[in-house]
Amino acid sequence: MSDVNTKIDGIVQGSDVLLFMKGTPMFPQCGFSSRAIAILQHLGVEFGSVDVLQDQEVRQGIKAYSDWPTIPQLYVKGEFVGGSDIMMEMYESGELKTLLDEKGVTHAA
Amino acid sequence: MAMAADQIEMLIREGIPDAHVEITDLAGDGDHYAARVVSASFRGMPRVRQHQAVYAALGDRMGGVLHALQLTTAAPPEE
Repeated sequence: MSDVNTKIDGIVQGSDVLLFMKGTPMFPQCGFSSRAIAILQHLGVEFGSVDVLQDQEVRQGIKAYSDWPTIPQLYVKGEFVGGSDIMMEMYESGELKTLLDEKGVTHAA
Repeated sequence: MAMAADQIEMLIREGIPDAHVEITDLAGDGDHYAARVVSASFRGMPRVRQHQAVYAALGDRMGGVLHALQLTTAAPPEE
């Protein structure tokens, strides 16, 4: 396994809910990342985030790691959930909340 | 850099031949699209895999020349 994959492994294992994004939760730098943050905040879930704009290695590496070409990317308990479109669909259908419940992640929603 | 809507549709249909593809130009600027892709091959496939199939069809354009593609996928209703 390459160094960057090991690094990403460490990141996704480090938080129950982890968002790879552009910018920070306070200052998202892209509409899709902003939407992802809004969903997580609506769910009232604690999450970690990684600003890929600050780390070119992770920015490129995460695409291969997840087999997913775009940012944001959501991980729950080390498992890839999807990008912002999937997050939105799952949020609207209630599946995202169910997923958090199933994974034993506490949330306020 | 941008891509035309019919080019996106063509690429998706090359990758997923039975796909029904609807492209909407969200901002009218040829750069922000929404795509809805319906294919029988998606049946029983988790959403992540469905999206990966579309991204695979678009190749390295996704996240490159094609920055903003809002994607929804589905299998057609059972007959």
